[in-house]
Amino acid sequence: MTESTIPGTGAAVAARPSSQAAAALRKRRYAADTRLRVAGLTAILAAVGMLGLLLWTIVSQGLPAFTQTHVRLDFPLSAELVDPADLEATNWRAVVTGGLNAALGETASPAQQRLLSQIITNNAQFIVRDAVRANPSLVGSSITLSVPAADPFDGLNKGQVLRDVPEANRRVSDAQIAWFDQLSAQGRVTAPFNWGLFFNADSRFPEMAGLAGAITGSFYLLLVCFLISFPVGIASAIYLEEFAPKNRWTDLIEVNINNLAAMPSIVYGLLGLAVFIQIFGAPRSAPLSGGLVLSLMVLPTIIISTRAALKAIPPSIREAALGMGASKHQVVMQHVLPLAMPGILTGTIIGMAQALGETAPLLLIGMNAFVTSPPGGILDASTSLPTQIFIWADSPERGFVSRTSAAIMVLLGFLLFMNAIAIYLRSKLERRW
Amino acid sequence: MDATLGMAKTTETAGAPLIQSEINHATPVRARDVVVHYGTKQALFGVSIDIPERSVTAFIGPSGCGKSTFLRCINRMNDTIVGCKVTGKIELEGADIYDPSLDVVELRARVGMVFQKPNPFPKSIYDNVAYGPKIHGLAQSKSALDEIVHSSLRKAGLWNEVKDRLNEPGTGLSGGQQQRLCIARAIAVGPEVILMDEPCSALDPIATAIVEELIDELRENYTIVIVTHSMQQAARVSQKTAFFHLGKLIEEGKTEDIFTNPKHKQTQDYITGRIG
Repeated sequence: MTESTIPGTGAAVAARPSSQAAAALRKRRYAADTRLRVAGLTAILAAVGMLGLLLWTIVSQGLPAFTQTHVRLDFPLSAELVDPADLEATNWRAVVTGGLNAALGETASPAQQRLLSQIITNNAQFIVRDAVRANPSLVGSSITLSVPAADPFDGLNKGQVLRDVPEANRRVSDAQIAWFDQLSAQGRVTAPFNWGLFFNADSRFPEMAGLAGAITGSFYLLLVCFLISFPVGIASAIYLEEFAPKNRWTDLIEVNINNLAAMPSIVYGLLGLAVFIQIFGAPRSAPLSGGLVLSLMVLPTIIISTRAALKAIPPSIREAALGMGASKHQVVMQHVLPLAMPGILTGTIIGMAQALGETAPLLLIGMNAFVTSPPGGILDASTSLPTQIFIWADSPERGFVSRTSAAIMVLLGFLLFMNAIAIYLRSKLERRW
Repeated sequence: MDATLGMAKTTETAGAPLIQSEINHATPVRARDVVVHYGTKQALFGVSIDIPERSVTAFIGPSGCGKSTFLRCINRMNDTIVGCKVTGKIELEGADIYDPSLDVVELRARVGMVFQKPNPFPKSIYDNVAYGPKIHGLAQSKSALDEIVHSSLRKAGLWNEVKDRLNEPGTGLSGGQQQRLCIARAIAVGPEVILMDEPCSALDPIATAIVEELIDELRENYTIVIVTHSMQQAARVSQKTAFFHLGKLIEEGKTEDIFTNPKHKQTQDYITGRIG
């Protein structure tokens, strides 16, 4: 240390600027500080505002889909309409019309009958049929069921279909509105929580469409994806981090893994289509194919996060174990890997969340098919949450607008849940050295 | 100052026998012409030294002089460093430790190591000490393992402090206790030689004194090699001292001689604080 660097002791210390100049300098410095802070704050506010706008749009559009207008009707099951010996041959449409007529009085012409039956869902006939099938002793009396109202009347009940629009410009006629009001006056119209949104599979009719197929499909997708990418990812990361020699080949592999993480996901879809489906004959639209593609996609994420977690284990732990005479695999399996697990799990959950939200590669392998029952396994055709959103967003019926937003809310809910687990794991298991 | 300490040491150990026995002692570790390269950089230039049995040998020298590098050659910890190349010959009980047929795991069970920063495993105190015997299959039963753990902790002078909390994490101990736990861990596998790489540099003076006392006790049963930056420490605990400078072994000899009557000017300059 030389003396001149000690303030105030040597001549080499630069002369202090005059107090006026110092004040001006200070003022400029403060102004620059303030400008930077204001710019940062503005950026944050803009980002939060845009995010808020997005969320507000989704929630305000999606909330109505969480209730569904139902109409409670007494369906006559007289012997002349229903033959208990042959339920399949029954004209269930006539039973449904009978239920409407019983509530509103006889309507004359077949045309009017048809308009009347449009008030409740087209699937009402199947709902009644299934109820009778489950309880055949009801034949001869009647059955009281709440059936979903058809989409336009659901919209009417929720105020989405406006009564003051000229009749020609809306999907419900004045006569139908009158009937619906009459049913409403009788206390038959209710709007309970829409459990169908979670427990029904997809349907052409918005009032019957639900996410059961998409949620099951996404579950199978993630299962396949996890079972493949977790062990392969961790094993690759351990090899690259702990065993591989550092040479040009491993550098090349590392660069490629980092590049793969930034690859547009649709490319993985193309690869899945060309390889898994064309060459290996994996079934189209099935969670198996989708899961394979997604596992390729999240592998780089898992490998990179696992390597980072392994790298973060202090070398002193490795040295301690090696110095005790532990072999390389004992060091890795007994010390490094257990300590790195929280980081690895966090990375894996984030990778899974990424896979859950991925759409493009699934579109390419046909997971945007119209499937009306939840998949029974990884080989059945199915949709997934994001592709279901894609399908619904493409559907013309008014009811799918709010259902699309509702499905987005469900997807966001799952993503938030997974990220919350990742954050919890990180804070709970994280170790400070 | 150092001279006085060296003198104090001589009187303290009160042993003309010390010098006498040291000469007669076998030398379990013998190094000849050890040269180490890190990549293209040469770190050691032909080091030859004999480490006497059941005594403390101190390596001193300025930072970067190669003393730690040489220490880590003795249990082949340098193997883990990419680009590190060791030539020359190091013998443990007459067997070349760089012989390709030698199992490095067995070598490290025979040559234990204590590091600069206390590095207990993030496990319980018991598991820390039991780890070595477990992986080397030294205990056939739970009670035998208990016995090893207890006696190792006793030998490390830690037993009274931790006997009631063997299941608490080893990382919860104080720095000095952690370092003694690391020593207990090292002696649990019954090594012949214990290497210590600046074992007290992260400890406060009181903990340092306790560890030094422990080292002095341990030399009854173990051959100890210690790297230290503190010349006082070398003077206090060691019987033999080797001075390294710029990758070369400048001078070695009985600690008293090195500190009171160095033959080389560089040694003289270092121990009087003129270089380093």
